[in-house]
Amino acid sequence: MNIVVLVKQTFDTEERIVLTDGVVSEDGAKFVINPYDEYAVEQGILMRDAAGGGKVTVLSVGPARVAEALRTALAMGADEAVLIDDPRIGNDEHAVSIALAAALGGAGGAGAPTLGGAPVDVLLGGNFSVDNGAGQVAVRLAALLGVPHVASVTALEASGGAARAERDAEGDVEVVEVPLPALFTAQQGLNEPRYPSLPGIMKAKKKPFATLTLDDLGLSPDDVAPKTTRVGLALPPARAAGRLLAGDPAAQAAELARLLRDEAKVL
Amino acid sequence: MAAPKTWLAFAEARDGALRQVSFEALGAARAAAADGDAIVAALIGSGVAAHADALAARGAARVYVVDRPALAVYHPEAYLAAARSIVQAVQPAGVFLGHTAAGRDLAPQLAAALRCGAVTDVTAVEPGGGEGAPPVFARPLYAGKAVERRTAAEPFVVTVRPNNVRAPDPVDGAGPADVVAIEPEGAALRAIVKDVVKKTSGKIDLSEAKVVVSGGRGVKSADGFAPLQALADALGGAVGASRGACDAGYCDYALQIGQTGKVVTPELYIACGISGAIQHLAGMSGSRVIVAINKDPEAPIFKVADYGIVGDLFDVVPLLTEAFRAR
Ligand SMILES: Cc1cc2nc3c(=O)[nH]c(=O)nc-3n(C[C@H](O)[C@H](O)[C@H](O)COP(=O)(O)OP(=O)(O)OC[C@H]3O[C@@H](n4cnc5c(N)ncnc54)[C@H](O)[C@@H]3O)c2cc1C
Ligand SMILES: Cc1cc2nc3c(=O)[nH]c(=O)nc-3n(C[C@H](O)[C@H](O)[C@H](O)COP(=O)(O)OP(=O)(O)OC[C@H]3O[C@@H](n4cnc5c(N)ncnc54)[C@H](O)[C@@H]3O)c2cc1C
Repeated sequence: MNIVVLVKQTFDTEERIVLTDGVVSEDGAKFVINPYDEYAVEQGILMRDAAGGGKVTVLSVGPARVAEALRTALAMGADEAVLIDDPRIGNDEHAVSIALAAALGGAGGAGAPTLGGAPVDVLLGGNFSVDNGAGQVAVRLAALLGVPHVASVTALEASGGAARAERDAEGDVEVVEVPLPALFTAQQGLNEPRYPSLPGIMKAKKKPFATLTLDDLGLSPDDVAPKTTRVGLALPPARAAGRLLAGDPAAQAAELARLLRDEAKVL
Repeated sequence: MAAPKTWLAFAEARDGALRQVSFEALGAARAAAADGDAIVAALIGSGVAAHADALAARGAARVYVVDRPALAVYHPEAYLAAARSIVQAVQPAGVFLGHTAAGRDLAPQLAAALRCGAVTDVTAVEPGGGEGAPPVFARPLYAGKAVERRTAAEPFVVTVRPNNVRAPDPVDGAGPADVVAIEPEGAALRAIVKDVVKKTSGKIDLSEAKVVVSGGRGVKSADGFAPLQALADALGGAVGASRGACDAGYCDYALQIGQTGKVVTPELYIACGISGAIQHLAGMSGSRVIVAINKDPEAPIFKVADYGIVGDLFDVVPLLTEAFRAR
C-alpha cells in the first residue's frame, strides 16, 4: 500500500507566544510535528504494516527547519520524506494546498494521485494544526485532487481497494466506507503514536529525503499566491485577576449565585 | 460608491431545528456587508425548506434551498454539489457557514472548488467600508494565545465559531421567505455513510451551550458527574469534561473540552475538579465568565477564573444547584 502522510511542523503547544514587531517570535521556540499529524504518521505505518508492505512517504510544505519534523517521522518508521521548500509559496491554506496538489500529480481530478511516479492509495493528514488551526489544507487537497475524503477519523482500516472509517461528528460517530484512493484526517483517539527508537533515528539518516521547489512542481508564483492576508496579530487581552470567595460552602455558593446574577450578569 | 454585493449564509438544522450558529452566520454576513448589499441564506438537507421563514425573519432577503431525502445526513460530496449549485446561482462576494462538524468539512471543499481563500473559526467581524475596504475577520491562533485579523480576496469562504458573532434579532411580522429551489449538479457519491451512532442527540450541544459545567479527574467516578448534570440542568446548560476525566473513563470523549477536544465559548463556564492544564485552557479560556471549584488553592485554573471557590466539589456543586433553583 502506497501511503502519503501530510506533516506540518508547529510550535510546541506549551510555548509561550511572544510577539516581536507584530510577528510571533521563533527565537528559541521548540517545534514539533503537529500532534494530529503524529496520529496520521502512526496510522500510515500501521496500515503499511497491516497490508504487509508498501511505502509511507511524509510530505510537507515549509522552511528548512521543517526537515527536523520529517526526520522525526522517518525515525518513527516512515520510509521517505519530501519537503517542498520555496519562499515564493504564499502563507495561506489555498497556496499550501495547491503546492501539495502539484506534488501529487496536479489538481483537477485528472487521474489518481501519484508521488514519484507511483500511484497513491491512501492520503493521511491532521484534523487541524494546533498553531494556525484552520483545518483546511488536507480537505482542500482532497477536493483539488478529486479524491473522496473522510475528516476527523477515530478508526480506520483499509483492504481490497476500499477503506472503512469511523468519524467524529460533534460527538456522534459516523461509519463511512470509501473506495481508494482517498484522504483521511486524523482525530485524537485514532491510535497512540510511537516514539522514535534509537535504531529508528540511526536508520532515518539513510532514508531518501527529497527537497522540491516551485520549478520542480511546474508552478508559477501566481499559482501559489495567497488569497488571504493577515492584517494584524495581537495577544488577547489578559483576563483580569479573579476573585476567591470566602466563607463556608453554603455562604460561598450563595455569594457566587448573587455575583453571577448582579455583577457578571450571566444568568 | 461600489456596486452592491450579495453575501450568502448557509444555515444548518439539527434535530429538526435551526442551529443558533445559522443566525450568527447571517449576522457575520450582515457585519461584513456595506449598506445596500443583499444578504441571502441557503439551506441544504431533508425537510429543511420549513426553516426558510425563520431565516427571512432574521433578515435573509431570499432563501436558496436544496431539499431532498438523500441529504438527511451530511455527506461531503453531496453537500458540496448542492453548495456549488447554490453559489453558482447566487454569485456571492462571500460565503458564511457555522464552524460546526458540517461547516468545517464543507468550507474547505467549497473554497478549493472555487479556488478561493477561506478564513475559518472566525470570532469577530469588522465591517467593510462602502469605498471598497474589505471586511476584516478575527480568529484565535495558538489555541487562543494570539488573535489574528485577516482579509480575503472576493469571493471568499468564512466559518464562524458558535456563540461569538451576534445574530440579528428576529423581526416581528416579517413576511414569508422568498424561496428559490435549486436543482443541484450531479455528483459522484463515492463515500457511503453506513451508520450514524448518535451519542449526543437530545442534549444541548456543547459548542453552542450558553452555560457549560465541566468535570475533571476531581469528580472521581462516572457517578461523580451526576451533581454536575443537575447543576447544568438547573442552568439550561451542557456538561463537559477535561481529558483527565475522559482518560479515567468517567465520561465519553465526546465531552472533552480542550486543544484536542471541543472549543467552547459560553457565557458561563464552571470548572469542577479541573486543574487547569494549558491544553484544557485552550478549549475554554474564551468563555465570558469562568468559575472554578477546586480543593487546591494553588490550582492553575484559578489564574483564569473570574470567581473561585476553594472547596470540595461534592459539597459546593449541590449547594450551587440549590442556590440557582431558588432564584
Ligand atoms: C504569516 C504566516 C507565516 C507562516 N510561516 C510558516 C512557516 O514558516 N512554516 C510553516 O510550516 N508554516 C508557516 N505558516 C503556515 C502555513 O501557511 C500553513 O501551513 C498553512 O496556512 C496551512 O494552514 P494551517 O496551519 O491552518 O493548517 P490546517 O489547514 O489546520 O492543517 C490541516 C492539516 O493539513 C496538513 N497541512 C497543513 N499545512 C501543511 C503543510 N505546510 N505541509 C504539509 N501538510 C500540511 C496537515 O496534515 C494538517 O494537520 C505561516 C502562516 C502565516 C499566516
Ligand atoms: C497533546 C496533549 C493534548 C491534550 N489535550 C487535552 C484536552 O483537549 N483537554 C484537556 O482537558 N486536557 C488535555 N490534555 C491533558 C492535560 O495536559 C491534563 O492532563 C488534563 O487536562 C488534566 O485533567 P484534570 O484537570 O481533570 O486532572 P488533574 O490534573 O488530575 O486535576 C484534578 C483536579 O481536581 C482537583 N480535585 C480533586 N478532588 C476534588 C474535589 N473533591 N473537589 C474539588 N476539586 C478536586 C485537584 O485539586 C486537581 O486540581 C492534553 C495533553 C496533551 C499532552
